[in-house]
Order: sequence, then structure tokens, then C-alpha cells
Amino acid sequence: MDLNRSSLKVLAEGLRTGAFSSVELTSAYLDRIEAQRDLGCFITLDRERSLDQARRADQRLAQGNAGPLTGIPVAHKDIFCASGWLTTCGSRMLSNFVAPYDAHVIERFNQAGAVILGKTNMDEFAMGSSNETSFFGPVRNPWDTARVPGGSSGGSAAAVAARLAPLATATDTGGSIRQPAALCGISGLKPTYGRVSRYGMIAYASSLDQGGVMAPSAADLALGLTAMAGFDARDATSVQRPDEDFAAQLGRPLEGLRIGLPRQYFGSGIEADVARCIEEALKVYESLGARRVDIDLSYSDQSVPVYYVLAPAEASSNLSRYDGVRYGWRAAQYDDLEDMVTRSRSEGFGAEVKRRILTGTYVLSRGYYDAYYLQAQRVRRLIQQDFLRAFEHCDVIMGPTAPTTAFPFGAKGGDPVQMYLSDIFTIGVNLAGLPGMSIPAGFDGAGLPVGLQIIAPHFAEALLLGVADRYQRETDWHDRVPALNGGQV
Amino acid sequence: MKWELVIGLETHVQLATRSKMFSGSATAFGAEPNAQADAVDLALPGVLPVPNRQAVAYAVRFGLAVGATIARRSWFARKNYFYPDLPKGYQISQYENPVVQGGQLTVMVEGHPIVVPLTRAHLEEDAGKSVHDAFHGRTGIDLNRAGTPLLEIVTEPTMRSVAEAVAYARTLHRWVTWIGICDGNMQEGSFRCDANVSVRPLGQTALGTRCEIKNLNSFRFMERAIQHEFERQVECLEQGLTIAQETRLYDPDRDETRAMRSKENAQDYRYFPDPDQLPLCIDDAWIEAERARLPELPDALMQRLQDHYGLSAYDAGLLCASRAWADYFLRLVGDGTIEAKLAANWMTGDLAAALKRAGYEIEHSPVAAEQLAALLRRIGDGTLSGKMAKELFEVLWQEGGDVDRVIEARGLSQVSDAGVLEAMIDGLIAEHPEQVAEYRGGKEKVFGFFVGRAMKASGGRANPVQLNALLQRKLKG
Repeated sequence: MDLNRSSLKVLAEGLRTGAFSSVELTSAYLDRIEAQRDLGCFITLDRERSLDQARRADQRLAQGNAGPLTGIPVAHKDIFCASGWLTTCGSRMLSNFVAPYDAHVIERFNQAGAVILGKTNMDEFAMGSSNETSFFGPVRNPWDTARVPGGSSGGSAAAVAARLAPLATATDTGGSIRQPAALCGISGLKPTYGRVSRYGMIAYASSLDQGGVMAPSAADLALGLTAMAGFDARDATSVQRPDEDFAAQLGRPLEGLRIGLPRQYFGSGIEADVARCIEEALKVYESLGARRVDIDLSYSDQSVPVYYVLAPAEASSNLSRYDGVRYGWRAAQYDDLEDMVTRSRSEGFGAEVKRRILTGTYVLSRGYYDAYYLQAQRVRRLIQQDFLRAFEHCDVIMGPTAPTTAFPFGAKGGDPVQMYLSDIFTIGVNLAGLPGMSIPAGFDGAGLPVGLQIIAPHFAEALLLGVADRYQRETDWHDRVPALNGGQV
Repeated sequence: MKWELVIGLETHVQLATRSKMFSGSATAFGAEPNAQADAVDLALPGVLPVPNRQAVAYAVRFGLAVGATIARRSWFARKNYFYPDLPKGYQISQYENPVVQGGQLTVMVEGHPIVVPLTRAHLEEDAGKSVHDAFHGRTGIDLNRAGTPLLEIVTEPTMRSVAEAVAYARTLHRWVTWIGICDGNMQEGSFRCDANVSVRPLGQTALGTRCEIKNLNSFRFMERAIQHEFERQVECLEQGLTIAQETRLYDPDRDETRAMRSKENAQDYRYFPDPDQLPLCIDDAWIEAERARLPELPDALMQRLQDHYGLSAYDAGLLCASRAWADYFLRLVGDGTIEAKLAANWMTGDLAAALKRAGYEIEHSPVAAEQLAALLRRIGDGTLSGKMAKELFEVLWQEGGDVDRVIEARGLSQVSDAGVLEAMIDGLIAEHPEQVAEYRGGKEKVFGFFVGRAMKASGGRANPVQLNALLQRKLKG
């Protein structure tokens, strides 16, 4: 049995029947991670700590009170605080920060008996679309190591793509789950805003940040989401809802499903191979009984500018706590208090983070607030309304996740706006607070994966997963694994 | 030129909640530095604020007490600035749409009521403290206070004298403690005032340039600081100078205000709605629940003490100095057996004096209302003379005890039994025939001799009124 290529369901069954132990499973993944260190997927690994958790999971399995994730190793984006683990958020600023507490998401996985496999690499403070802004170096796309994995959850995406983890947590503020999932050829789910507690998830843009999961398949995502979703009184934006079975609609028939196709997602600027893969995916859906509905998201061209006002505005304030006073990076030399804060922040933050702090400070400043921040809030509402109106005519919305496949390192380094446009199709979902997914839908001519984005109404994750899963029963794109140096799959 | 003083006050009222505004840490005063700061107060990465419902309830209660509008939806906003004792780099406050809007307070100034209109009251969290004197050459940070809930109450600039400002502050202090939202402890910083002060030529309608004076943590400092600031501004203007808009700090040791920061250096706080929180929604049911929790307010009670108990406005005012005083009085006269005026006199006289001597607040009075009530009842029924009552009060204050048992044990009751008194008087008349003859011969001063002898014979316990009446009758024969 190939431990690294099995679904969560199969792994859980193996653990339950004693075919292998969690210690064996965890070791197998840790060994594979070790062999693939060059991919740069992880910032922190702690074999002993992981195996300790695996041993406890094995006890629980032996006692017969195991859940579906007991003993399963899970990689966590280094944005989630995990007690006793270095939690860096990809930044020099937190390069020495050992979290003294668990994020709600970590708590939930711990309660489920899952094993923390390690902390994955990411763009600094989740700001980036290529994982090139990490203080800890780049993550390489397993399909072509000269190319980026996407971002900001590049480490989690590449780890799942290379089968270094069967499941990984991630976060999505403007596409940070879906875009790297697309570029790495895996499935990624960004839940409805409020579905997953943000407590202990290091804030980038609070009104947009949402934790989610990455895995090869939608069926695996359903298990991951079940573990991490749920009300948390420590997050004032957490939504209280009855427990839900996210796997309930897996395999559902798609007869009569109305797929909304926004005109704006199929215009120019999309690579031909991406367009071709999406069209083929839609044909699969049609063959399953779904039909196409043309819809209009008329404000969608505003989503990138709106996002790049609101997200930096919130970030400029959220990142003010990193002043070198209580924890984190502190400059070695300084003259006085102001100098200490200035130097610590100048040294601790990278260029993209500084760019967004400056942008955010500017748009909130007296005299500019109305023209930028307030105006962006107004347009955000229009974008939300666009989606709500569209869902009166369709059940889900589909389109490409990203306009291109994975690009080479440095390709967009010189032009932040070009980089920002990688998220042109994903940002609207965050602005509207909707759940969205990316699933593998084929490859371009260079063998790079293409992602299909599926968007559903608020709290319709079960529908979203069902729609994705049905496609994955017809196709095998999600089962394709890249050939890797030094460790054949 | 005649100058007019214009004052508006901003008061930070620390709300008497058990936990902080946005975290679960305790708010108790005086703990070891940083012992009452949790992950949220320290602003660790990833933590989030959750508003304290009790603090919101207190804000609503205040709004209802002063007749303000309670905003059904209000927003928390971030006020951004760097300071080491501000862990997040921003303070969560309210900017547009505060929870309490408008309202007013009626204030007695030298016997006359004035109305002070309120602009707003908003919820916010306190900052921590920088400790400059604990370590040589270094500054310590104590975050125990960080996140403590505050209600900032802002008046319109309508006060025209130092006396009005002080009277307003005292009245506000009384109200917030009365409705139970603040412990009112000024030494511990539970009630802190900043004054916006400007002057203008009398008759001019436009306001002058204002200065904000901070750190007025006693009514006396407030009085002196505003007076000084008034004189400073007038002096400036009379020398032909202009007033710079700035923040000034009052230094009570040197009795002066000095500039802290000017408007030109004023920070841009970049207020924006806190994206970590939803709008604060307050529905009618919540408002009504808080209304039901409001005690009878000072103005209403003062009126009732006059109308129902027949007290003077002056006495009613004294008894409504605080909720504790008023409660004590109401417990005293509660069962209707004690005359209100007598009760008021005892409270404002002997009790007040004893409390002041001992430095106690009335809520810690060693003589409880029920004990004093029992004492007053024994005055009413003639058991105690005024002098004995004072003596008994002293015993109760020092040693406590049940009033009737103390009377019994110490033999403090008056002899009012007519038979006993008559027998005693008959004995005296029989013993002193000469003095009886003198009295009957018109030497009325001798009456005092008999009173003295009777008191002595009774051990000072003879009821003086009864004794006088009986003596007169018997001596006249």
C-alpha cells in the first residue's frame, strides 16, 4: 500500500484496522518531506513532537475512540499559531516567535487526534501570489521546480501536490488557497467568511481572511472542513450554525444544476490552454446533466483595485503590533524608543509587506480616507450584490481560478500590479465572503496544471464539495502526481 | 475687556466590569505588573477582540439615565498610533456612531440648576502604563490596565465658569456611581477628566481657540487647573498673542499647566471601523432590560424626599450625595415608624461627623441603618434622651450590639414612669422643706436645685420633660 498516495478515507481505514500505525504513517510522510527538502515546502519540522502526537493517536486508535482524522498527519500553514511551535508567518519579524497558544483550527485538529506534520512555507504575512515574499526562501512548484507554486499558501499547496502531506491547512484573503491549488494541481477550499474561526490565525486583512483546506480531492476536503469549521466565541465574526455534514452531497447527481458563467471571467487575458481546460470541464459537467447560464458580474473588474485598498488598509493596522517591544524581531542597535520601533520594523518586514503597510496607511490618512477607503467599501458592497443577484439565476458559478498556469520565478517580480492580477478571478469571492474552490481540470501544453474555480452561495460548502466531487468521479486530474527528483512517486 | 470662559469636559469613566473590554482578563486594581494581561491584552499574533456585554450594558444604562439616544447599531473603530504601552498599535474605540448620543445632566451650581448637554458617550479600551521610575535608565511596561473598559462622556462646550465645570464633574461622578457602572475611585483612575478650555470676549458668539488640559484626577485639581488656564489664556490675549491649539498637562505640584503637544504635531489616528468585529447591535429588549435595572435616579429621589418625606431641598440634596447615603436613609425610614426629619438630622449630624472622623464611607459605617433606626425609635418613644442617644450611638459605633440590649445593660433608658418620678419628688420635697418654702415664696431659681437633685437621684435617667412637669405641679402644691 502506498501511504503517500492514499485518500484520507483509505488512510483512516488502515489506521483503524491496524494495517499501519500513525507513527508509521507520520514517519513515512516525514521521510518523504526530508527527501524533498529542496521544494522548500516547510518552514518548521519537529519529528519528535510529531511522532509524540502520533503515538498518542495510536493509543486512541487502540482504545477504539478514534475519529476520521485520528492519526492522520496534517501540514499547517505557518500562519496558524500552534503551541510550542515556531510560528513565523513567513516573516523575519516572527522568525523567533514560538506560539504560546493554539489557534482554534489547531485546537480542532488536535481534538480530532490529527498529527501536526510541520508548518508550511508561505508568502510573508500571506501577502503574495507566488510564495516569493517568504523570508524563508521560495517554494518550488513540484510540476516544474523553476516555477512558482502560487501563493500565499504555496508551501501547503506544493506539499499536497508532491504528496508530502495528505491534507494541509491554508488561508485565503484574496485567492491564497485557490490560486496555489490551481497552480499546483490540487483541490483547495476557501469556506464562507465566518465558517472557520480566525482565532490564532495571524491576521492580514481581517474582513477577508478565511482559513480553509487543501487536499488532492474534494472528498478529502470535506473531512478537513468538518474538523476545522465551527463556532468559536473568541472570534466575533465566527458564525453560529448547526453542525453540518460537509460530505452529505458527495457524489450527488448534477441533473439540472445551473452553472453560472460570468462573462467577465472568460474575456481576454486568459491563456489559451487555460480556456481550453475550463471549456472541457464544463463539457464534462454538461454531460452530467448540468446546464450553462450566462451571468454578469459587472463590477468584477473593480475587485482588484478595491482589494488593494481594503486589504492594505486593514493590514497597515493589523501589523502595527509588531513593534519589537513584546516579542518578535528587535533591532540590535537603536538610539531611542522611536528608533527601536522604526529599525525593528524596517529590518523585520520584507518589501511587499512594507509596500502594503504604506499603501494602507496612505488610504486611511486624513484627506484620503473618503476617496479611497470609503469608496472601496461602497464598491465592495456592489460586488457582493453582483454575486447575490447572479445566484438568483444559477446554483454555482464557474470559471478559471487563475488566468495563467504557474509562472517562472521572478517573472512578475518587477511589477506588483502584474502579480496582483494573478488573483483577478479569486478576489471577488473574498470581497463577497463567499465559499470558493479550485479543483484540477487538466494541464497546459507544458504539463502545468490548470484549476477550475467553483463558487457557491454563502454557507453552501456542502453543495460546492458535492459539485466538485462529482466531477472528480469522472476525471482523474486530481490523482495525477508530479514526477519528483530523488523520490519517484 | 471682559472675558468669558468656555469649558467642555471629556470624562473617562472606568466601567465596573469584572473582565476587560475585549478580553477575559480581570480588571482589579493593584495586581503585580502584567499579572492581569492575557494573550489578547498582550496583542500576541492571531488574537481577536470580543466585546464585553456587561460594558455595553453599562453604557446603555448610562445613556438611559441621562435621557440620551441609544444607537441601535454602532461601530467599534481603531485609533492607530504607536506607543509601547499600546500593545496592538491601535486602541479600539468608537468614532462615528457612538453607542450613546446626546442626553443631558442637570447640575446645581450655588443653589441654581443648570443643564449641561452631552454630545456623546462611547466605549473604548484603556491603554497600559509606562513605568518610568522602576528601573534605572529603562522604562517598564505594565499591561494590567490595557483593555480596561472605559466610557468616555463628552459634554458640549456650554459651561461658563470653573464652578459650573466642577459641579458638573461632581454630579457626573455621583450619577455614574449611583447607577452602579463605576466605582468612582479617583485615586485609582476610575474617573478621569480632561477639560477643553477657551476664552472669548464677553458677547462674542464664535468660540476661541481651545486647549485641552489632561490629568485632572481630582475635583480640586480641576478647579485650580481650569482657573489657571483661564488666566493664562486671558493674559496671552491681552498681550496681543494668539492661543495655540494644544494639549496641556496639569502639574499639581507646580500648580500650572504646560504644553504636551501642539495641534501641528497632532497625530493622524487613521480611524476606521474595526474589521475584527461586527456592528454592535442593541435591540429594544436589551434596552428595556437595562432600563429595568436602573435605580431611582438622584433627581427623582431628591424630589420624592421633599414631597413624600417633607424634607427641605437642602437636606434632600445632602442625602442624595451618593446612592449609599440615599439607600441608608431609605432603610432608616423604611418602615414608616421614624420621623424623616429626625432621621435626616442624625444622618447629616452625628453619623456624618463620626464617618468623617473615622474616614469611612457610609457603606462601611459600623452603625448600620437598622441599628440607627432602633436608636431613633427609642428617642421617639421617650426611652432615650438626646444626650443618652448620643452616648448610645458612641457605644454602637465602638462596640456594636443590639440597641435594646445595650440600653438595658448600660442602664441608658430614661425613667418616664410617672409613679416612680412622683415618689422620688415627694421624697425630695419632704427632705428639703426650706427650699420648698423659698420656691413657694417666689424664688423660682430654686426650681433648678430640685431638678439637679432629682437627676442625681435617678442617675441622670429621669425623663427631663416629665420631671419638669411633675416638679412644677408638686412644688406649687
